[in-house]
Amino acid sequence: MEWLITYRFEVAAVILFGIGFMNLLLRKNLIKKIIGFNIMDSSVFLFLASQGYIEGRIAPIVVDGVQDVSKYINPIPSGLVLTGIVVSVSVSAFFLALVQRIYKKYHTIELDELLKIMKKEED
Amino acid sequence: MSKHRKPREAKEQKSLWARFSSWVEGDEPLYEKSRPLRKDRDTLSSSGERETDLSRYLLVYHILAVFICLSVTAVLLVTVHSLPLFGSPDNPASNEVVERYVESGLQETGAVNIVAGMILDYRAFDTFGESSVLFLAVSSVMILLMRDKNNIDLEEDTLTARELLMERKEKDIILRKVSFIVIPCILLFGIYVVLNGHLSPGGGFSGGAIMGSALILYSVSFGMMEVNRFFSLKTFRAITTCALMVYAASKAYSFFTGANGLHTGIPLGTPGAILSSGLIFVLDICVGMVVTCTMYGFYALFAKGEI
Amino acid sequence: MLPMVQNFPFFAIFLCMVSGILSPLWKSGRMAWRYSVGVAFACAGLFGCVFAYTAAGEGLSFVYQMGHFPAPWGNELKIGPLEALLCTAFSTVMGFSLMGGHRDLEADILPHKQNLFFVMSNLMLAALLALTCTNDLFTAYVFVEISTIAACSLVLVKDTQYTLIATMRYLIMSLLGSGLILISIILLYSITGHLLLPNLLEQVGMLVDTGKYTIPLTVVIGLMGMGLAIKSALFPFHLWLPLAHGSATTSSSAILSGLVVKGYIVLLIKVFYQIFTIETIRSLKITNVIFLFGILAMIVGSVSALREKHIKRMLAYSSAAQIGYIYMGLGLGTDAGVVAAVIHILAHSFTKSMLFCCAGRLAGVMGHHKNLKNLRGAARRDRAAGVAFTIGALSMIGIPLFAGFASKLLFASATLLNNHKMLFTLGVLGVSTVLNALYYLPAVIVIWSRPEKGEEPAPKRKPDWAFTVSAVLQAAAVFGLGMGFGPLSELIQTGLGLF
Repeated sequence: MEWLITYRFEVAAVILFGIGFMNLLLRKNLIKKIIGFNIMDSSVFLFLASQGYIEGRIAPIVVDGVQDVSKYINPIPSGLVLTGIVVSVSVSAFFLALVQRIYKKYHTIELDELLKIMKKEED
Repeated sequence: MSKHRKPREAKEQKSLWARFSSWVEGDEPLYEKSRPLRKDRDTLSSSGERETDLSRYLLVYHILAVFICLSVTAVLLVTVHSLPLFGSPDNPASNEVVERYVESGLQETGAVNIVAGMILDYRAFDTFGESSVLFLAVSSVMILLMRDKNNIDLEEDTLTARELLMERKEKDIILRKVSFIVIPCILLFGIYVVLNGHLSPGGGFSGGAIMGSALILYSVSFGMMEVNRFFSLKTFRAITTCALMVYAASKAYSFFTGANGLHTGIPLGTPGAILSSGLIFVLDICVGMVVTCTMYGFYALFAKGEI
Repeated sequence: MLPMVQNFPFFAIFLCMVSGILSPLWKSGRMAWRYSVGVAFACAGLFGCVFAYTAAGEGLSFVYQMGHFPAPWGNELKIGPLEALLCTAFSTVMGFSLMGGHRDLEADILPHKQNLFFVMSNLMLAALLALTCTNDLFTAYVFVEISTIAACSLVLVKDTQYTLIATMRYLIMSLLGSGLILISIILLYSITGHLLLPNLLEQVGMLVDTGKYTIPLTVVIGLMGMGLAIKSALFPFHLWLPLAHGSATTSSSAILSGLVVKGYIVLLIKVFYQIFTIETIRSLKITNVIFLFGILAMIVGSVSALREKHIKRMLAYSSAAQIGYIYMGLGLGTDAGVVAAVIHILAHSFTKSMLFCCAGRLAGVMGHHKNLKNLRGAARRDRAAGVAFTIGALSMIGIPLFAGFASKLLFASATLLNNHKMLFTLGVLGVSTVLNALYYLPAVIVIWSRPEKGEEPAPKRKPDWAFTVSAVLQAAAVFGLGMGFGPLSELIQTGLGLF
């Protein structure tokens, strides 16, 4: 069980991923689905960031002209996280706008009620 | 098939051939779950049946979803166990790529902040895609939330009108005075973060978000009309398009010259100076402007359905 | 300096992105439409040149460096005959879809939002081209996200009926897929330390040889495959597709069914060939899983289509079935199977986008009724649409001379090399052909049959030239594919070798 401690960030990220995944799939309330999606994405970023961390090193911003690779952490995951966050912000905004619009049209944000309304419209 | 079609057949007594031909003519599908005729479909029993249909589907969906979630989580936990050791310097991820980024990033890109140099120079195509995602998101939010004849809510409109009236009459003095002091500071800080993107943590995205929040605060405390005086849909379009076009043009130039083995002829400047690192400085400003506009655009569209 | 033609892919991708950014500035939707159609065909032309350049002689593929830094550090595009062919087809189909659905586009979308539609379509094309050409896994992720948002917006831009709910379901499934893809990319990065495909190939090859990190590698393939399968609506995850594709406006349906799902499949082929190699995939038995789900999708999709009376949803279910064909071809795990799958991607792109455009037009002449019952005699009112729809239906069934036949023939001959799956596959191919015929033929009969007496005569409508031209050209393309698949499959074979 020692590995749970060694890999604490990854394990936490995976558990959060599961929680977010479950919320995105199972919640009926659309806002809670969005929250689930955000938990899922954040956990992925935590996972990514933990892959770049190296014990005892500092952030990759050159200080005093020292350019030794053994002094800084891996800069690539940081850059990827940045990209990922921007994508996730955009998607969340889009998702929220969709929910707002659905609420205005159908006056509910429960997915099964929406499905029922849709079935009725089909007939 | 004929067994559970009984209710209809009792009434219509269709032969097999007649049914086949009516299917060919598109009147009814070849087979279908037994459905009551349209005229009694609105009675309670049939709608109840349709609801059980839906709930059965939802039950299957739930079981499948729980199963998939649990198995994905379990599989990922097992995978984590066999990943490279956390925080160790000999991981496969610390290879020649990282070495070059760290050891010659400063000379090659001119950026002290290695992450900025990486996302805006080494891997700039990703970042251009990322800015397009922002633009795309704001466009799709516009499609959804811009007021038009499909997107009207009378109740809400009266509410908004009343709020507007309140805004004019009532001056929330504490909010306004505090904002009056705070907003310039926030803006200044945002500009600092954007301009120092290649020297310190931060850059276009974070600085843009800060400046966007200043605009949002302004709109909250002084009202949307005040913001509209200097920031209308037209300015929004102009700034976003110009910034993205400058971004696209400079990246296209650098990709083209890079691929064809030409020199860009853009000086990188002294590392550490504010005017250094060539295109990265320009790109940071462009990204900052795009993000500022996008953040405020999201807010305005969500709040009022217009920019 | 490189030869000029090597710059063309980069020009095309940037052209699409820039025109997407500029689209909102057009004063009217019609101008934006003309401009976007122009851009799509310009991209087709550029990639056509690249195809001619790469397919000449023995065939060659080249790497285009995006920036001043070479492979493991910078970003790259990689183009060979296969990529160029796919990109040409994608841009052409995009142009045809926009042309074919123009009338409905103007009717379905509010005038001041029309130019926003073209933001989506242009960036969608950019994302497809970039997905096909990129040589970097993370860039692929970014463009997958672009295509997710753009595709959802393409559905919801028609603001009637239940497009919003359909978009919601589509979005939820897409986000799940993206999450899985992203986490698998990260896992792959953490065990190899690379993001560019050639370096990944090298590292993964070493890991496979030494037997290190076998579990993470398998998980990566599994999650990536699952994410892309969700996004391309493979069988158990296909339920969002008929709703989204059936309720969108004509052009959007054509784009979504013809192109968007194909983009993800192309990415999957790239992952299989350029990261893991098909031998590894086969030895891990992943191909068998894909094969099984492909077969199931073929049957389930067709059976669902049989039950459908709404013409666009019927076409959408048929798309789910056709995606099953493609996955079945991948699941054979041989080059021949993949070649057949690629031919099917092309055939289905052209045919299905044509079918959707025709369905939109036929419904248009009958007063926008989409039920098959109300479409009786529609083809007599617009003969071009009727003929094109018939050609499309025959091609989907797999009648010789048409594109659908070519791919089915290739699937069948690809299975002959595979002892275990041969009889089973041939049987399923036969059954699904019969099923296809069972739902396409009635539709064709209905639209050509004489309308009932007492029905009011057709209102005079202006002929839709954009639609007619696109229908004729697409029908020609379907014919061309059906006749010339022999040399084309050889070219794809070479392309796959250079992939």
